[in-house]
Amino acid sequence: MANPSGFIDYARQEVGHRPVAERIRDHGQVDTPLERSALVKQAARCMDCGIPYCHGVGCPLANRIPEFNDLVYRDRWRDACEVLHSTNNFPELTGRICPAPCEASCTLSINDDPVLIEHIELQIAERGFEEGWIVPQPAVARTGRKVAIVGSGPAGLAAAQQLARCGHDVVVFEKDSRIGGLLRYGIPDFKLPKCVLDRRLAQMVREGVEFQIDVHIGSDISAKYLTRRFDAICLAIGAGQPRDLPVPGRGLDNVHFAMDFLCRQNRINSGEVSSGEDRISATDKVVVVIGGGDTGSDCVGTAVRQCAAEVHQLELLPEPPEGANPQTPWPQWPRILRTSSSHEEGCKRRWSVMTTRLIGTGPRVSELHATEVRWNLESDGPQMQQIPGSEFAMKADMVILAMGFEHVVHTGIVDQFGLAIDERGNIDVDADWQSSREGVFAAGDSATGASLVVRAIDSGRRVAESIDRWLD
Amino acid sequence: MDKASRIPADRGLYEARREHDSCGIGAVANINGVASHDILKLANRILLNLQHRGAAGSDESTGDGAGMLLRIPHVFFSAEASGAGMALGPEGAYGVAMVFEPPDETIRARGEQLLAKAAAHYGIQLLGWREVPRDNSVLGELARASEPSIRQAFLDGCGLTGDELERRLYMARKRAESQLRRQLGADADEFYVASMSCRTVCYKGMFLAPQLFGYYPDLADPRMVSSLALVHQRYSTNTFPSWRLAQPLRFVAHNGEINSISGNAGRMRARQSRLESPLLGEDLSDLLPVITPGASDSAQFDNVLELLVMGGRTLPHAVMMMIPEAFGPSYHISTDKRAFYEYHAAIMEPWDGPAAMVFTDGRLIGGTLDRNGLRPARYLVTTDGMVVLASEAGVIDLPPERVRQKGRLQPGKMFLVDTSEGRALLDNEVKAQVARSRPYRRWLAQNRIELQGLFAPAQAKTPDKGHLLRQMQAFGYTKEHLERLLIPMAVNSQEPVGSMGNDEPLAVLSDRPKLLFEYFKQVFAQVTSPPIDPLREGLVMSLMSFVGKRRNLLAETPAHCRQLKLPHPVLASEDVERLRLARREDYKVASIDAVFDARGDDPERALREGVDRLVDRSRQAIRQGASLLIISDRQVSSESAPIPSLLATAAVHNALLRDGQRGEAGLLIETGEAREVMHFCLLCGYGANAISPYLAMDVLSFLHGDGQIPQEISPAQVIDNYITAIKKGLLKTMSKMGISTLRSYRSAHLFEAIGLCREVVDGYFTGTSSRIQGAGLSTIAAEVIDRHGHAWDRPHDRNQWIDFGGQYSYRLDGENHLWNPQTVCLLQQAARSEDQQAYDEFARNVNDQSRKLYTLRGLFDFVGGHPISIDQVEPAWQIVKRFYTGAMSHGSISKEAHETLAAAMNRLGAASNTGEGGEDPRRYRPQSNGDSLNCAIKQVASGRFGVTIEYLANSRMLQIKMAQGAKPGEGGQLPGHKVTEEIARLRHCSPGVSLISPPPHHDIYSIEDLAQLIYDLKCANPGVMVSVKLVAEVGVGTIAAGVAKGNADEVLISGHDGGTGASPLSSIKHAGIPWELGLAETQQTLVMNGLRDRILVQVDGQIKTGRDVVVGALLGAERFGFGTAALVTLGCVLVRKCHHGTCPVGIATQNPELRKRFVGRPEHLCRYMMFVAEEVRRIMAALGFAKFDDMVGRSDRLQVRDAVEHWKAKGVDLSAVFSKPDSDEGKKAIRCVTGQAARHQDHLDWQIMEAVAPAIENGRRMRIELPIRNVHRAVGTILSNRIVQAHGPGGLGEGALEIAFTGTAGQSFGAFLCPGVTLRLVGDANDYLGKGLSGGRIVVQTPSGSPFAAHENIIAGNTLLYGATGGEAFVNGVAGERFAVRNSGAMAVVEGVGDHGCEYMTGGAVVVIGQTGRNFAAGMSGGISYVLDEHQLFDTLCNLDMVDLENVHQADDVDFLHRMIAAHVRWTGSSQAERILQRWRDMVGRFVKVMPIDYRRVLERMRDNEFRLTDYAPATEEVFSG
Repeated sequence: MANPSGFIDYARQEVGHRPVAERIRDHGQVDTPLERSALVKQAARCMDCGIPYCHGVGCPLANRIPEFNDLVYRDRWRDACEVLHSTNNFPELTGRICPAPCEASCTLSINDDPVLIEHIELQIAERGFEEGWIVPQPAVARTGRKVAIVGSGPAGLAAAQQLARCGHDVVVFEKDSRIGGLLRYGIPDFKLPKCVLDRRLAQMVREGVEFQIDVHIGSDISAKYLTRRFDAICLAIGAGQPRDLPVPGRGLDNVHFAMDFLCRQNRINSGEVSSGEDRISATDKVVVVIGGGDTGSDCVGTAVRQCAAEVHQLELLPEPPEGANPQTPWPQWPRILRTSSSHEEGCKRRWSVMTTRLIGTGPRVSELHATEVRWNLESDGPQMQQIPGSEFAMKADMVILAMGFEHVVHTGIVDQFGLAIDERGNIDVDADWQSSREGVFAAGDSATGASLVVRAIDSGRRVAESIDRWLD
Repeated sequence: MDKASRIPADRGLYEARREHDSCGIGAVANINGVASHDILKLANRILLNLQHRGAAGSDESTGDGAGMLLRIPHVFFSAEASGAGMALGPEGAYGVAMVFEPPDETIRARGEQLLAKAAAHYGIQLLGWREVPRDNSVLGELARASEPSIRQAFLDGCGLTGDELERRLYMARKRAESQLRRQLGADADEFYVASMSCRTVCYKGMFLAPQLFGYYPDLADPRMVSSLALVHQRYSTNTFPSWRLAQPLRFVAHNGEINSISGNAGRMRARQSRLESPLLGEDLSDLLPVITPGASDSAQFDNVLELLVMGGRTLPHAVMMMIPEAFGPSYHISTDKRAFYEYHAAIMEPWDGPAAMVFTDGRLIGGTLDRNGLRPARYLVTTDGMVVLASEAGVIDLPPERVRQKGRLQPGKMFLVDTSEGRALLDNEVKAQVARSRPYRRWLAQNRIELQGLFAPAQAKTPDKGHLLRQMQAFGYTKEHLERLLIPMAVNSQEPVGSMGNDEPLAVLSDRPKLLFEYFKQVFAQVTSPPIDPLREGLVMSLMSFVGKRRNLLAETPAHCRQLKLPHPVLASEDVERLRLARREDYKVASIDAVFDARGDDPERALREGVDRLVDRSRQAIRQGASLLIISDRQVSSESAPIPSLLATAAVHNALLRDGQRGEAGLLIETGEAREVMHFCLLCGYGANAISPYLAMDVLSFLHGDGQIPQEISPAQVIDNYITAIKKGLLKTMSKMGISTLRSYRSAHLFEAIGLCREVVDGYFTGTSSRIQGAGLSTIAAEVIDRHGHAWDRPHDRNQWIDFGGQYSYRLDGENHLWNPQTVCLLQQAARSEDQQAYDEFARNVNDQSRKLYTLRGLFDFVGGHPISIDQVEPAWQIVKRFYTGAMSHGSISKEAHETLAAAMNRLGAASNTGEGGEDPRRYRPQSNGDSLNCAIKQVASGRFGVTIEYLANSRMLQIKMAQGAKPGEGGQLPGHKVTEEIARLRHCSPGVSLISPPPHHDIYSIEDLAQLIYDLKCANPGVMVSVKLVAEVGVGTIAAGVAKGNADEVLISGHDGGTGASPLSSIKHAGIPWELGLAETQQTLVMNGLRDRILVQVDGQIKTGRDVVVGALLGAERFGFGTAALVTLGCVLVRKCHHGTCPVGIATQNPELRKRFVGRPEHLCRYMMFVAEEVRRIMAALGFAKFDDMVGRSDRLQVRDAVEHWKAKGVDLSAVFSKPDSDEGKKAIRCVTGQAARHQDHLDWQIMEAVAPAIENGRRMRIELPIRNVHRAVGTILSNRIVQAHGPGGLGEGALEIAFTGTAGQSFGAFLCPGVTLRLVGDANDYLGKGLSGGRIVVQTPSGSPFAAHENIIAGNTLLYGATGGEAFVNGVAGERFAVRNSGAMAVVEGVGDHGCEYMTGGAVVVIGQTGRNFAAGMSGGISYVLDEHQLFDTLCNLDMVDLENVHQADDVDFLHRMIAAHVRWTGSSQAERILQRWRDMVGRFVKVMPIDYRRVLERMRDNEFRLTDYAPATEEVFSG
């Protein structure tokens, strides 16, 4: 750490966004990166803490944040790029779409604005690609062992890259026609342009990873076949079971799961499907997004870009406080009011609202009924209570359910392998990520339940380590 | 138990060889050799008047020892012998042996018989024995219990006389001793020949001073006459009766300590095999061993001195060899003398450590001080030819007109009286004679070999990156090593600084492979010997050494210095090449590989074979005539792993030592392993003569090439800087132990091993303490192989990253830390939200170390008892009163944090500690909300910042900080930019001026000095408790015993892991040991000595939980300190940037903006303390203890946890820690039950206060007169306390009270004297006059009848005005060393000073109207001094690092100087001052003004900002610039 007083001398500078009026007319990236000179100052704010909470508790990947900050400060970008990749296979992804728990746990978050960690991470990765520092790293020697990875989301990809670099023959099976899983289909282009993904996949191909698309393991290829052909199998098939809204009227038209909505737009953007075809369109509609999380926010942004007439977002939980929340003290992830770029683009948000029924005009939804709730802190946790008389109705031409995911889809491959399921519905794995069946491992959301991309990468890296050890 | 000495054998953690002693010494002689009984009477007077420098044992009537060495009184012995039927020959033709014999008849008979036979062997006839009359009724109980029978043997020379007879007597005694030892083993020690000479005889024993003459009626016999006598009064750290440890020895009496003793003794063993002397005969085997096994350091010194003298050197020559003065470039000494010292550096290393020695061979008598001059010695010559030399002035009352000459021994100087020639010789004369006795200068010029003189090889090439990376992995390099150690060293030429404590596991508990280096901890000097300041007093230090073949010690030839002279021990790769390629017949070089088979199935065996091979090849090389062995691990490859360089060094060194071959060749260690300072220290400490850290240098070259080191620094400079940093670190580490030269430090193994098994330690690190066992060779081998595998066998590692490390900062995959994200957050949650669950979780995280080991106590388990209900356990509010917060100064932490700590601890009735930095007097009054911000414990540390009479008077406890866990043996520095207006005010100095705390307290160089400071502090606040803070190390127990005997009320044992605001990283990591060991040793030693009843024990060092507290209590602590944990409750998150002052939570910072971020509240800390106390209660209930006191010292209730399966820790053996000391069937207390006796009843101030009561009560002006003697110490201090209590810090009005004394004042005259009091002394004064002067005035005048000029008269001792904050001193004569050291406010005029004048001064003004010694103004950052520079050579004596010299020409300077000198005339009538004033216009031009650079800048700034500054505003914008 070259500048002990950097955090005193420089204030945090936030990443800029393109103007709302401009950006809602396209699906291009919202963020506008900082100049490099500004980044050096931002990196100087890092104190190289004796206990770096960002690394120790914040980042699930335990990214070596103080080290790369220091390297950026000292203009040693190439070294920074190397340090960054030593813990993170895809910093260009996490640098864009991670909620950055590292920043929440930055020491400066105690009483100041945290270091701009995530954006520095992104810029290091981007510069790495720009300068050609990020090159394929094929294994020196092949082991001849074969590993099948099912699913090409962040966990599957991270596992694949790690295992290929160990010299194993890795085949990734993807049921869709393009690689990336949730990364490609679940995240809007305005947050993650898909060329970013393709760039990384190209590296992986040259490292020897074989991608098999349009193969649905469990129906196109059986579990038995996989076991015969591969020495180890890793399931990274995500937590595909979305949480549903069991209210009257759920069956009406124009009530969609968020993933379907987002996925459709992504396929249009990439030209996989044409815009006319089977489109879930929010154009000119009053859209109500149920669920206040990041996916909900993505739906808001997408709906706005589709020129919705109005966008509303409803959340069951109470409105979190602004700024700081004593219930979630540092370095915990703070439950506070967050306003995403999508929210800035035009959306009405309500909290403590429970949807009670959907009313349709004909087959299509037209109205949403809800009631306000109150949360009481009981000895066994917060309890929800409806507030009598607070019922209300609102116009809704389209309802998007963004209420999260329950667990992995149990039918198909999970059933075929006869894998044990834990009490939360995820694939039951041991400390080495091995399932109840010898040689079958699971990683990412399918084993942990739905979570962050960064956790999925971490899980992918760990499962790779276990598989490598297991194969040894 | 050893019966003669009654010193217990090693037991538990106690080791007998760790005992220390220190003392008062004296010598009297008649210059003309006229013998008289008066000499004995005078010598006795000296003893009686030095009694306060000795100590009593646990029974208060047994002294630690006293004795007298005198010339044989011929008439007396003739008469006595003939009375017993023996006829003695003429004087000088017979010898007398003084023998202590055990009660055991067979040993006595055997001893006497052997002595007679040995004498006969050398042609001497033992005539018979005389029973020495004794009166043991005067003895104390302990002394009587161990009283030997004492007999004198008369030995007829059979025609031999003089030197010849003396040599034969010596050989006979040595023969008898060695035969006795062979026959009786350890019992032989009970037959002790105190002296056996034809010239001198020694009377000594376990006495308090007054008992000597009472016990030996001989001494009072008027026929008992002598022309000279040496006396000694001992103060030891134990209470074990030991008659033979009393001094004088056969030639010397010693005050001080020889820190390098084990190295000296080892090298002496190495020399033995080559001893030859025609004077001593053909067969010298009777001489061996030269050093009596088990002898004290002083006795070992005496053994060697005796050998040198008997071997033909003169006594002064031998003393000069063993205690050479410093002869570095800062010293103006004669070329011949420099050559003498350099020549002898190739033969004998200094016996280093503080020493005042008096010595005699019966004709010559003299004294010398070591190069540091840290012990006082004053002498006088009377008009009638008497010479008196003693530790203090005034030990003999003489009218001024009888004193012809007075003086003090200066550092490195000698004073000698030749009674046969009838002359007193001063230093120069003695030494010039010795130095010119041979052509040393020419011998050196023709024989010494220097590196530059050797053939220069082509540049060594740097290896490629891949190989470098492998080597780095094989040698355990981490990124932290590169970034936190190597690069900063290469850039800044010094070791990097860090902060906060060490919380990583001990090497033996760590999961990771550790370098062998990490199993060792540095030991350091505390209390019994002072550390040195290697920066400010570096002139005395030296890294120079000679490497090569050593020759016969008893001869002198030109070949003795045909060795390689190295200015320092760190060699660059080219240097090594140069040596390898040199082809000199007279200096052969052999290279030997230090590697072992990396591919074997059994690494342990492979390592063992590798070491054996290495040793064999070394022996072979020596047989082939090598003068230098290069032990190298450069041959490391995929097949060969490196033998740990420390193991290689120690193995070869030890094997050669055992063979008697170690003197044949030097050892150069060429290793990839050594990188940080500690590594070099260890290699030197275990026998390396030189080290070439090739990998560290290659890595640095690589990093430079890679652009990771600023390109402004040239590649050569990078290596140079790195070597400089290592050199500085070596000096610093040596200085921590109080050792000045590398020659003495080398192979002195001043380390303790923690977690190495006995086999390894005894086999290779012989003599090193390793008290908990642990890892063996198999672990060491496994660790090497693990690293080696990392380098060569990792299949998948593409990036080839070296590990980060995580030792200095936490990393998830790095080394474990007790402070980690979980523990910090849980503790904060618990303290802020009063969350019991969070606290429990926190405590579990810390306490349960079953999966991850951190601390020794993690291996402990409680032994269950009968549980009781928690309601029966004493309440938590009572337990918390035992809790203290650590010493953290306002300065290291912010005002807000400091006050919050105080408020919280005061609310609990516990105590907070000021730390070293004064305290705002506003805090002495209660706050409006009822809180008290007054720290109950006020610290007195070496810088004495803000230590005023008011500060002392407002304390409940005073703590003398001898050492600090994070950096024992080191000082500190608060850089000027951190000294804000506010901090400056509290510390009584100017804002912006750097504040240096010296490594030693300049009034504590030995144990009796500590007793003196305790005495002073108890005068400054009668009734106050005094605590002494020590850091755990091997031997801390014996020091604690000495502290208990010094009248301290509490001893604090700090663990090595304590925190710091800034400290060199190697000190944080490598100095000191865990408190578990230090505390257990302390408890065991105090109980064994019967001293535990009178002193409380506190412990601190990473104490966090109730379990920690209970473990501490069971091991023997009553009180507990919390440092880091307390800060964490107030918001600290271990950013570890305290040393930058950029603490982001407002704790360790003075930046007002950052301070606003502080959110700690007193209740947070209170809650935490209560949580801890409640946890303590729960454990107490489970163990069945209702009262806390009942737990103290119950180590039987601790055991080792079952199932410690850790691969390294399973070898640890904690039985010594749990060992319960022998409490003599419960007669000896195991906790504090009585406390210390009051010792101030006879203080002179009581008498004074009675006389001046009207002045104290109503401020009436008064003047009284009194006589004074050297036994009257700290005069005026109790008086000042009473005045400040009655009138506040302002004291009495100017000139209100004057007390005039005549005589010689004792130590600490006028200490902490308050305003309004003038002490006028006509006569002279001892050390520490005006210590902490707080506004009073002290005047010392030379008596009018004296025959010498006042400005040449030594009128006062050393270390005057230490830490003075205000007041005036007028000294009409010359003062000793360190005048006005760390003065921050006093004005003084003096007519001459010794070395190191105005050292560390930060304020005030000093006028010297006479000569100054060397190193004036070292570390002086503030204040001004004016020195009369008549010879225009002052700049050669002044240390110009921090000051500029200016002329006195500005009007205000001239006025000020004139005013001071005029005041001096007014107060003292000084003729020198008068002379100056009379010729003022001439004289003013001869003054120079010494102006600290810092201070000038501050003054200029203050002038500019005069109108802008307010009390609390920062001094300047620069203050916070980082």
